[in-house]
Amino acid sequence: MRSRWERLILIAVVLVFPIMDRNAYHIDVLVTAGLFMILALGLNVIVGYAGILNLGYAALYAVGAYTYALLNLHAGFPFWPGLACAGVSAALFAMLLTLPALRLSGDYLAIVTLGAGEIVRIALNNFDSWTGGPNGLLGIAHPTLGWGDWTFNFGVKSAPYYFLILALLAILVFFLRRLSDSRLGRAWLALREDELAAVSMGINPMWAKCSAFAVGGFIAGLAGAIFAAKQGTVSPDSFDFIVSVMVLAMVVLGGLGNLWGALLGAFALSLLPELLRGFDVYRMLLFGLAMILMMLFRPQGILPEMRNVERRMRNINR
Amino acid sequence: MGSWDVFIQQLLNGLTIGMIYALIALGYTIVYGVLQLINFAHGEIFMAGAYIGLAAAAAWILVSGTALTGGIALAGVLLFAMLGAAALGSLTERFAYRPLRQAPRLAPLITAIGVSFVLQNVVMLLCGPVDKRYPEILAARQYSFGLVSMTHYQIIILIVSVTLMLGLHLFIKKTRTGKAMRAMADDTQAASLMGIPVDRTVNLAFVMGSAMAGAGGVLFGLYYHTVNFHDGYLAGLKAFTAAVLGGIGNIPGAMLGGLLLGVAEGLGAGYLSSEWKNVFAFLVLIAVLLFRPQGILGTRVVKKV
Repeated sequence: MRSRWERLILIAVVLVFPIMDRNAYHIDVLVTAGLFMILALGLNVIVGYAGILNLGYAALYAVGAYTYALLNLHAGFPFWPGLACAGVSAALFAMLLTLPALRLSGDYLAIVTLGAGEIVRIALNNFDSWTGGPNGLLGIAHPTLGWGDWTFNFGVKSAPYYFLILALLAILVFFLRRLSDSRLGRAWLALREDELAAVSMGINPMWAKCSAFAVGGFIAGLAGAIFAAKQGTVSPDSFDFIVSVMVLAMVVLGGLGNLWGALLGAFALSLLPELLRGFDVYRMLLFGLAMILMMLFRPQGILPEMRNVERRMRNINR
Repeated sequence: MGSWDVFIQQLLNGLTIGMIYALIALGYTIVYGVLQLINFAHGEIFMAGAYIGLAAAAAWILVSGTALTGGIALAGVLLFAMLGAAALGSLTERFAYRPLRQAPRLAPLITAIGVSFVLQNVVMLLCGPVDKRYPEILAARQYSFGLVSMTHYQIIILIVSVTLMLGLHLFIKKTRTGKAMRAMADDTQAASLMGIPVDRTVNLAFVMGSAMAGAGGVLFGLYYHTVNFHDGYLAGLKAFTAAVLGGIGNIPGAMLGGLLLGVAEGLGAGYLSSEWKNVFAFLVLIAVLLFRPQGILGTRVVKKV
C-alpha cells in the first residue's frame, strides 16, 4: 500500500465486493474473517502494544456476546445500545482480570487469563437458568437501522454485517492509530520494552496494564455483540480456548504490535482453512503445517512492527 | 460409608489423577527451566504417548496371537510409549523450536500450536475420531484397606509414577547431564561458556519431559479405559496449571502442583458438583498465584539492574 492509488483501489474492491460477488458462502467467510480481524485488533493492544500475553481472550469475546444476548432477551435492549453495553461490560471484566497483575508478571499473568477464560466457559455451560447451559441462548434480535418510518432489519444474510464490520474496522483503525501514538500508547510500548525503566520514568504500571486490558476487552465485547446479533444464538462452544489461541496466532503471525499485521494475520488465518477445504480430512493437518512453516520463515511476523525511527527514516527518504 | 471414608476415598481418587497430572507437568517444567518456553504441544505428546502404547499393545496381539496381560506386558507397553513420545518430543524441539531460539518470544508459541494441530490430526487420521478402548492389561481387581478400596490400576499408577519421578529427580540431582541442565536453568549463557552443549541439553530436556508424558498417557488410558485424540488438550492445560501452581521450572514443585490439583479436583467433584470439577482447578490456581505469585515452591527472581 505504498501509493494513494493502490489504497483507493483496495478500498473500492472491498466496498463493491459483496455487490459483485453474490455467492453467500464467500460473504459469510469474509464476515467471519472480519470478526476475527476485530478481535485481532483488540488482542494486539494487549499483547502487541502492552506486551502482556493473554491466553483467555475468548472469555472477553464471550462476555460481550452474552451481555448483548441477555440484555436483548430479558430487557428488550435493541442492538446499538446493546453493542455499547457489551463493549463496556467486557472492558470491566478485563479490568477485573488485571487486579492480580499488580503482583504477577509475564507468564504468570498469562496463566491467570487462561484460567479465567476456562472459568467463564465452564460457568456459561453450568449456569443453566441464566445462560441456557450448553444449548446456549436462542432468538437474539438482529440489528435494525431506522430513520423515521423507514427501518431496515439486518436479518440472517451476511452482506449487511459485512458493511457493519467494515465500518467498525475503519473506526477502530482510526482510533487505534491515534491511541498508539498518544501518551497512553507510548506508556504501553515503554512498559513492554522495559518495565523497570518505564516505571522509573513515572509510568503507573497498574494503570497502563489495566487500560490496555480495558481497550482490548472493549473491542472484544463489540465483536461478541456483533457475533451474537448475526447468529441469533450464542452457545459456550463458540468461545473455546482454541478461539483465544487462534486470535493470538493471528496477531503473532501478522506481526506483533503492528495494526496492519494483526489485520492481515487474522484475514490470512481465517481464510486459510476455507482455502484448504478441497483437501478434506487433511485440512487441519495442512493448516498446522502451514502455521509452523510460516513462523519458521518469518519469525517476526508477516508485517513486523515498524519502529518510530524507521517510520521517520522512510518519510525522509520518500 | 461414613463421611470420613468418603473423604479418604475422594482423596485417593484425586491423588491417582494428580499423579498423572504431575507426570505431564514435569515436562512443562523441565523445558521451562532450561528455555523459559511454554511448550504448548506437550499435551498432544501426552495424548500421542497414550496412542503409541495402544499401538504397542495391538501389535503384540497381532504378533503373538495372545492377549496382553501381566506386569511384564505393562512394562513393555510403558517403555514403548515412553520411547515413542520421547522421539516425538525430540523431533518437535529440533524442527519447531530450535530454529526459533533467537526469534521473538512468542514465535515458538505459534509453532507449538501448529505442532498440536499436526499431532492431533495425524492421530485422528490414523486411529479415527471416536474413543478408542484401552486394553485391560491387568486384571481388574479391588483391594480393600479397612473401609476404603483401591483398584489395581490406582495402585499401579501410584507405583509407576512415584518410581519415574524419583528416577528423574535423581537423574537431575546426581548425574553430570542433570547438573548441566540445572546450570542451564540458572544461566544459559554462562553454562554455554563453561562448555555445556546447549543444543544437546535442551533436546534432552524435551526427551525426558516427553517420556514422562508418554508414560502418563498409558496410565491415563488404563485408568479411564478409553482414549481420544482430544484428550491431550484438557490434560495438558491442567498439567500446565499444575506446573505453574508448584512454581514453574521447579521439579518437586511440578509434582506437588499435580497432586494438589488432582486432590482439589477429586474433593471438589466429590463434595460440591462434578460439573464444576474443572473450575476448581483454575480457582485454586488463581488463589495460589494471588498470594504466592511465584508458585508454591518457586523462588522469587530478584530483578537486578
